[in-house]
Amino acid sequence: MRGYALQRLALGGVQLALLTVLVFLLTSLLPGDAADVRNDEDATPEQVAALREQLGLDRPALERFTDWAGGVLTGDLGTSLVSGGPVLDVLAGSAGITLLLAAVTLAVVVPLAVLLGIASGLREGGRLDRAVTSVTLALNAVPDFVLALLLVAGLSLRLGWLPATWVGVGAADLIARPALLVLPVGVVAARMICLLSRQVRAGMVTVLRAGYVTQARRLGVPRRTLLLRHVLPNAAVPGIQELARVGDNLVGGVLIVEAVFAIPGVATALVDAVEARDVPTVQGLALVVAAAALLFSLAADLVSHRLVPRTEVLR
Amino acid sequence: MSILRNRRDFLALTGAAAGALALAGCGGGGSGDGGAAGGGKAEPRRGGRFRALFTGGGELETIDPHAEALAIDMARTKALFDRLVDLDADMAPVPRLAAKWESNADATVWRFTLREALFHDGKKLTPEDVLFSFGRILDPKATDHFAQGMLSVIDLKKSRGVGGNTVEIALSRPSAEFPALLGTLGTAVVSARYRDPARPVGTGAFRLKSFRAGRSFVAERFDDHWDGGAYVDELHILSADADARGNALRGGQAEYGYEMTPTFARTAAADTSVRIVAAKGSTAHAIVMKCDQEPFDDPDVTLAFKLLADREKLVEVVLAGRGVVGNDMFGKGYQYYPEDIPQRKRDVAEARALLKKTGMLNRTLSIYTSSAATGFVEAATLFAEQAADAGLRIKVTTGSSETYFKDQLTKGVMGSHRSGAMSIPTYLNDRLLTTSAFNASGWRRKDFDAAFAKARATTDEGERTRLYGQLQRTVHDEGGLLMWGHPDWLNAVSSRVRGVEAAPPNTLDSARFDKVWLA
Repeated sequence: MRGYALQRLALGGVQLALLTVLVFLLTSLLPGDAADVRNDEDATPEQVAALREQLGLDRPALERFTDWAGGVLTGDLGTSLVSGGPVLDVLAGSAGITLLLAAVTLAVVVPLAVLLGIASGLREGGRLDRAVTSVTLALNAVPDFVLALLLVAGLSLRLGWLPATWVGVGAADLIARPALLVLPVGVVAARMICLLSRQVRAGMVTVLRAGYVTQARRLGVPRRTLLLRHVLPNAAVPGIQELARVGDNLVGGVLIVEAVFAIPGVATALVDAVEARDVPTVQGLALVVAAAALLFSLAADLVSHRLVPRTEVLR
Repeated sequence: MSILRNRRDFLALTGAAAGALALAGCGGGGSGDGGAAGGGKAEPRRGGRFRALFTGGGELETIDPHAEALAIDMARTKALFDRLVDLDADMAPVPRLAAKWESNADATVWRFTLREALFHDGKKLTPEDVLFSFGRILDPKATDHFAQGMLSVIDLKKSRGVGGNTVEIALSRPSAEFPALLGTLGTAVVSARYRDPARPVGTGAFRLKSFRAGRSFVAERFDDHWDGGAYVDELHILSADADARGNALRGGQAEYGYEMTPTFARTAAADTSVRIVAAKGSTAHAIVMKCDQEPFDDPDVTLAFKLLADREKLVEVVLAGRGVVGNDMFGKGYQYYPEDIPQRKRDVAEARALLKKTGMLNRTLSIYTSSAATGFVEAATLFAEQAADAGLRIKVTTGSSETYFKDQLTKGVMGSHRSGAMSIPTYLNDRLLTTSAFNASGWRRKDFDAAFAKARATTDEGERTRLYGQLQRTVHDEGGLLMWGHPDWLNAVSSRVRGVEAAPPNTLDSARFDKVWLA
């Protein structure tokens, strides 16, 4: 198992290295650089050139990249072209809220999805199963940002039940007004719950049909013990593996709701950095977000491996 | 260098036009808005928290009044600082920290009489503070002080304080427009004790409580403000993109939104909780023809093109009806604008005659545009269709949007052009002189340059107005500016808000929060 984890980590490292190269290439494809953006359209070419030199953007691209990459290896994410401060500061200032959103979302998603999946899987084809199936399939078809806009228009603007945005919200307001979390978390959670509960349900159905469960039943294993000891751990595997995959949904969804609800998290910082052509900040933030997604999926894989060691063959 | 540093202001225009296509054919937006919001004769009430929303700039945002660049920066520095002079809704200078001013006969020395005003640290405003401010603005080491180019006319060594309340500014060349220059971007007066931008020492109606670039700005009323002080207790100036601004306003999370789109204005018409405050025709949209290139070196050709434009249609489609038609001159409604020049109307027959005379019929020209501002491509495409009515073929080619404003100078004989709110002399200076770095219409005439220099140095206001009027008439008759429309500037307020004036960007009453109050 340790070997498996190490192997995955090594693979993740390679993926991250490729990603940083890709992000660098893509940001250099953007028209204009930080000097163009900051100097605005009325600046003379001399002014732009002066700023470009001051920001070190006149150096060859390869040199700028290797400098930055060298820094990352020593734990330095680079220096923002805009603020002149470390990219780490930008991250520290924005990551808290994003992490909070992700954590609350997971805390909502996992129990709900498992409960729904078990409930509908226990009576395959029953009324509850059919209802849950129809709702989850329908919700799954709605993109996150559409769902967000619909919910804002209905629940916030029309009915006035929930705050429409996070405009002007500080950390203290979150504790005083948990209602702020409802819509953003709801939007991200909705799709994840759909995907996860389907997998848990499928796991339940498969396991309940399995020979060893029938055998255990025949042997008179009490229903409770049967479910908790034999059915659930096996039925949970596809769910947890799915959790590893929906890690992407979590990261992507959080980034989308940050934009819709004006939440000052990593995504907002990333968008600002792209607009300002602040390449080191874009690279630093993208690296950290990607690393987080990789680690999350690795953790989920390790948990499922732990529950059912035979999944090791899956690697 | 221009006061048009304000990229975000332009982006707003962009947004305005973005709604345009969606609204095409729907005619003008809601009526009944526009003009000063507020109404009612109730006495202003003190108290409350006022939250204003602007497009943000992330870490680029600053509260250093000399490095301000974005609309959100300007709103924040306006709360914390004052200028000597500011600009009225028609771009004419109005007294602020300077109660009055006068110049010598050739407009090379200006004397400003200072008001009794207190800085936030309790000290009185003195001539030294003013001289320190100019010194700081002009500091050659500061590359981001945008007023540097404009104020380079100041001869600091010869400028001095006179007595306790007068400051004498010497100029290196005559400038009758000098007071108006002091009302532009990056010109606020700071205390001589101002060192750290994070700890502003200004005279403004609000005192800083907290600021984080890209996040939040909170200020509280400064009770000793010279102009009577603000009504609201606390001012928040926050960043949010256009959609979030609209949602926050309608959801009761903000009291003011800057730069709203025509699409939002339409939504707002059906929502009693918000109101649009529209400043009529604040900025400008044009198609430019380069007068230094064939075929536009012949004024008959430019005139024919100008006669081909269906301006009403352009305003209706490209600006979603949120604007007024233009008369091929910049600055409609502003000081020095010659209102007596008749509005140019569409005349296809006359245009056709001119085209025939100049051998232009059935020629194919191309217009170089881009989506640098939304509305550019739309306006170019629509104009090309209108020109086809006279047998003229115009091809629309689009280039990169990020570098468009530089590329346009060297590429194509026709292009797209727009301008934010600024005074007419500034526009002429930045766009229509031989030396102008951004002479979009290739208008280079020695006699025009000389006439401009003469107007700028003329101290008699009536005479100066006449001279600027002549310059504008020349541009109208012979220039390469097909200035077809002036978009409205749309802000929105919640229905509780009073005291918000409809004012073009870059003027005193734009994004001004010391006169607002909550009913």
